[in-house]
Amino acid sequence: MNVFRHDIVIVGGGGAGIRAAIEAAENHPNASIALVSKVYPMRSHTVSAEGGAAAVARDDDNLELHGFDTVKGSDFLGDQDAIVYFVEQAPKELALLENWGCPFSRNEDGTVATRAFGGMTTKRTWYAADKIGFHMLHALFQHSMRFKNIVRYDEYFVSKLLVDGGACRGVAALDIRTGEYNAILGRGVILTTGGGGKIFPFTTNGTIKTADGMALAYRAGVPLKDMEFVQYHPTGLPGTGILITEATRGEGGYLRNNKGERFLVDYDYGVGKKAELGPRDMISRAIVQEIEAGRGFSGPYGAYVHLDLTHLGADVINFKLPFVRELAKTYVGVDPVTTPIPIRPVVHYMMGGVDTDIHGATILPGLYAAGEVACVSINGANRLGSNSLTECLVFGAAAARHAMTYSKGSSSGNEAAVIAECEEEAGRVANLRGRKKGGEKISAIRRELNQVMEDSCGVYREQVSMQAGVIATAQLRGRVADLRLEDESKVFNTEVITALELQNMVEVAETLAVSAAHRKESRGAHTCKDFKTRNDTDYLYHTMTYHDPAGPRLGKKDVVLGKWVPEERKY
Amino acid sequence: MAEKTIVITRFDPDKDQAPRKQEYKVPCEPDWKVLDAVNFIKDELDGSVSHRWSCRMAVCGSCGMMVNGQPKLTCKTSINDYGDRIDIEPLANFPVVRDLVVELDGFMHKFESVKPWIVRAKEKAADKAALHATKGTYTQSAEQLATFKQFSMCINCMLCYSACPVVANEPEFLGPAAIALGHRYNMDSRDEGKAERNAIFRGEGTVFSCSYANECSEVCPKNVDPAAAVNQAKFEAVIDWAKNLVLPRGGA
Repeated sequence: MNVFRHDIVIVGGGGAGIRAAIEAAENHPNASIALVSKVYPMRSHTVSAEGGAAAVARDDDNLELHGFDTVKGSDFLGDQDAIVYFVEQAPKELALLENWGCPFSRNEDGTVATRAFGGMTTKRTWYAADKIGFHMLHALFQHSMRFKNIVRYDEYFVSKLLVDGGACRGVAALDIRTGEYNAILGRGVILTTGGGGKIFPFTTNGTIKTADGMALAYRAGVPLKDMEFVQYHPTGLPGTGILITEATRGEGGYLRNNKGERFLVDYDYGVGKKAELGPRDMISRAIVQEIEAGRGFSGPYGAYVHLDLTHLGADVINFKLPFVRELAKTYVGVDPVTTPIPIRPVVHYMMGGVDTDIHGATILPGLYAAGEVACVSINGANRLGSNSLTECLVFGAAAARHAMTYSKGSSSGNEAAVIAECEEEAGRVANLRGRKKGGEKISAIRRELNQVMEDSCGVYREQVSMQAGVIATAQLRGRVADLRLEDESKVFNTEVITALELQNMVEVAETLAVSAAHRKESRGAHTCKDFKTRNDTDYLYHTMTYHDPAGPRLGKKDVVLGKWVPEERKY
Repeated sequence: MAEKTIVITRFDPDKDQAPRKQEYKVPCEPDWKVLDAVNFIKDELDGSVSHRWSCRMAVCGSCGMMVNGQPKLTCKTSINDYGDRIDIEPLANFPVVRDLVVELDGFMHKFESVKPWIVRAKEKAADKAALHATKGTYTQSAEQLATFKQFSMCINCMLCYSACPVVANEPEFLGPAAIALGHRYNMDSRDEGKAERNAIFRGEGTVFSCSYANECSEVCPKNVDPAAAVNQAKFEAVIDWAKNLVLPRGGA
């Protein structure tokens, strides 16, 4: 087993991880920063973001407005201190991204252009046509290459946090290419591994989004927060779940039912004049209701409605939404210039995640988290579109600053004990290779998990199905410990990786089901048929789930309120 | 649904002396991409097949493979473009790690060697004068953006290296994607690193090794047109060199 020593270790090479690495490397030229990722960083799922990143930029906008929009979007579950910090840092962070080469779309005067987005009062979403995630990730990754003190571990899978003496001391990482284990040690570990959309069957998320970081922290005793809040993006392609960006609506696209009606205008779904630019939770519910009212279309992959861009014209579509045109043509055979795109709500983002403070710190000394894996929380019960990329930058940088400060004042702990812990983990994972005595196939359990989660934690939820989800996920947790694997090779054994990912997903899915079943109200993306309204008297708090051998143990954490007093959420 | 024979080139360095072919019968849906068939094999027929993929929407660049001898992004390639038998191999011109997984070390090294970041003559605080007073960003016109935007669209899928006849003969050749990337920064109005990169481009095994085959642009799934980038880079590198002869320090 190899042992590598660094000042800090970052796990995850997407937007938050690379931003964290740059922040640490640039300000601490003599420090060694490990950037560990299960894929080459440019493959990270940040790459798939399309519409843009939010920060105040225009003269008719201000931080107060961005803050309130975010608080209201969160259905008042976002922490207001974190949101104030977030909107303050946002313009600076996006300007840095511009300085580092991101090819943002421009206004006529050469300044960065902004577009409208759901739930935002004015145009504050910076964009690069319809591929901001791709350009942001590549600009960050390429910029990071100038810092020689960033040491990358590409295609290393972290399966355990190494904890000793009450602090996180590093990670146990499987080198996928060789099959060898490595103890990558640091006086500070930052999780930036993204969310876990693959827990669900129908998602915009790539196959790598398996809730790894959440499971790592959870098993190490760090609570997961607000896990019941899962964002359904209103516009995914039926079948594949491929994302069609909210920018289609930001640029003026309409949602239509099978009568050709703009149902967000013609019926009352609470979005008012915002219509197609309402927040995602409300629009996803509206689509489901349209379908249930018989006003959807039926197709081989379930019912859908239309996203109509035909009135925008070929020039706008080619200039501002070229990727949408490419995706619609390639994956559903539709040219949006002439024909509406079939779309349906699709699992997109997890508002919940590893509980952190405003600096990205968790309750475990030395462990930090940022980006989708974390729950600070600025997103509360519903995230506004285009806040998440900015969140990666703001809190990636913040976590790096605080982790570096921590690393300077802490010891390495008992290294022998930490390495022994890593060796034990290496043994556990080696036993998975070619485990032919196991009971069930990976794909079978994954399918079952997906079905359970769709049935229990969809756009609309019911107590009876959520309770069934709690029981089913607990049972899956037992079964996923006894997987059957065929591949005996040490070299690039993706079957072992898939098994570890499935174990992570099952563990996190259970916290999601338990959190959902306990929250007997409707708030943001958590919509209960049994409890139709928000209940601030009993549920204005963050749901905490703690690891316990018997299953997730529930707890509460206060929401940080401030100048914005909870009110009815109407647009 | 139509059953197709998918033939995958297998190689496990732990067991195999040389690559071997393995056939699988796969019930393919008409709207599948080639990647769906490989995933079906991995999930249902043979868990030991190794391949890379993630986004399945043609933007992460992971799933490049040879499909019937042509480099393809398999998540973007319709299974119906092919007949009853489809041969799938690892990307050509790369060392194979295992099955359909190739080694990226050489590619990443080339990629980094072109300094793919914004270089400014004056770094940090002194450079702030170039930024918009209130917004902290550079101004860049739509025309300036257009000069490099296309070359910034590369997803690093490496199909162009598999198609390139020069890479096939000369593995050290910097290659289409890395040259396009360097050229992308050279053309960016915010960048001042052109002289450094042109010096790299004038070195051995870079832009002047290109034989104008144009294969790279033909296989590019994102229409980046790396061949155009290579040609423009050659021209710029020569001009820059000539300027240096006539006007030392590039006329600055």
